[in-house]
Amino acid sequence: MNFKNYCFKKSLWLFHFGGASCNNCDIEILDCLTPRYDVERFGMLLVGSIRHADVLLVNGSINKRDKSRLLEIYRQAPKPILVVAIGACGCTGGIFAEGNTFAGPVDKIIPVDAYIPGCPPKPEAIIAGIVKLLDKIH
Amino acid sequence: MIRDFLHYLIFPGFIFISLSGALLSGFDRKITAWLQFRKGPPLLQPFYDFFKLLLVKETILPAKGSVLTFLAAPVFAVTGAALSGILILLQAFNYKSGFSGDILVIFYVLAMPSLAYIIGALAAGNPLASVGASREMKLILSYELTFILIIAAIILKAGITLRISDIIQIQAQQGSFIGSISGVLLFVASIFCMQAKLGLVPFDMAEAETEINHGAFIEYSGSAYALVKLAKYMMLFILPSFICTILLGGMRIDGIHILWTILKILGIVLLFTLIRNTNPRVRIGQAMRFFFIWMNLLVIIAIVLIFFGL
Repeated sequence: MNFKNYCFKKSLWLFHFGGASCNNCDIEILDCLTPRYDVERFGMLLVGSIRHADVLLVNGSINKRDKSRLLEIYRQAPKPILVVAIGACGCTGGIFAEGNTFAGPVDKIIPVDAYIPGCPPKPEAIIAGIVKLLDKIH
Repeated sequence: MIRDFLHYLIFPGFIFISLSGALLSGFDRKITAWLQFRKGPPLLQPFYDFFKLLLVKETILPAKGSVLTFLAAPVFAVTGAALSGILILLQAFNYKSGFSGDILVIFYVLAMPSLAYIIGALAAGNPLASVGASREMKLILSYELTFILIIAAIILKAGITLRISDIIQIQAQQGSFIGSISGVLLFVASIFCMQAKLGLVPFDMAEAETEINHGAFIEYSGSAYALVKLAKYMMLFILPSFICTILLGGMRIDGIHILWTILKILGIVLLFTLIRNTNPRVRIGQAMRFFFIWMNLLVIIAIVLIFFGL
């Protein structure tokens, strides 16, 4: 593993995109940043601007209105960017998969690097997913 | 000649300032984490952040802005920070004796990073960046008056001398300026000034993450943002060392004095961190009132006390 990838691995900055979410996954993502789970141990920070982000966290079902916004956010992100689909809705569509406003799970719209299933996933599950994501960088 | 270059580039110069600034930034993040009962990032985290931004990430240029100005602004910020750092440290470490009026030059050069952030933000062509730039401008207007009053008070206390090396000499002979009542008042005012200059929490309205998404820096990415970060790290080392030089009796690096120097710098950064973790963000109007009325009043009281020899 070279120096560039090592630095990238040690400092992933997160940007949170919530689709038509029920807010449960949002709260679990924020839980990871609280003192109990503290993902800043791994150098992860929640940033407010997509220009600074290295990881795009997408949760909630993506409906037709969200789709264009998600694509816009993905285009604005500086590459390389990693995309993580969080929750049943983000991974597969969950209970909204049959809905007529549903625009497809996240991986139909943008390439996804890691999936974290659960409704909502526990913070432990999110951290486990993030560790698997870190192993993907070589 | 080569010795001078080494001074400017390596030891008290650019490389040394960047390294110690990044370490201080890591210290600041670690202390913040401890205050919030977290474990926190490793001490070398600022290095990882910097090299990730510099080497790995793509730099995105604004489509509807001035690209050249946008990219030149972070370079100017780093240049200003390095220049002021060299001017302060060469004399604080007793390598050069400086020239008459250098304390005023340092005052002007220290304003360069903030001005560069404003220019870069206005060149980005983003409405939130403009809001951030306007707030930064108002913040500069409010704290610079207090800062120049502090410098005037220091000059007065040192017996009308405009040289930093003379100020250090006088403190070495008569004891540090902080040992008097006026010195304590000046120290309090300068801590708040530096807090605003660094953009730390009570005065971080220019890059408020939660309301205007990093404000002035919203459009920066990749290596341009790495330079912004570098300028911020450097300022985190330069401003405490400036306070050390003008109020706490200078920084000596011979023998056991190096320990005292490190403790002084760490103590001031610890103070910044404690203030930033125990205060909410104030509105820009509140910040202006705070500096224009209260801090200026404090410094003027200090100047009056200096006239009475206290």
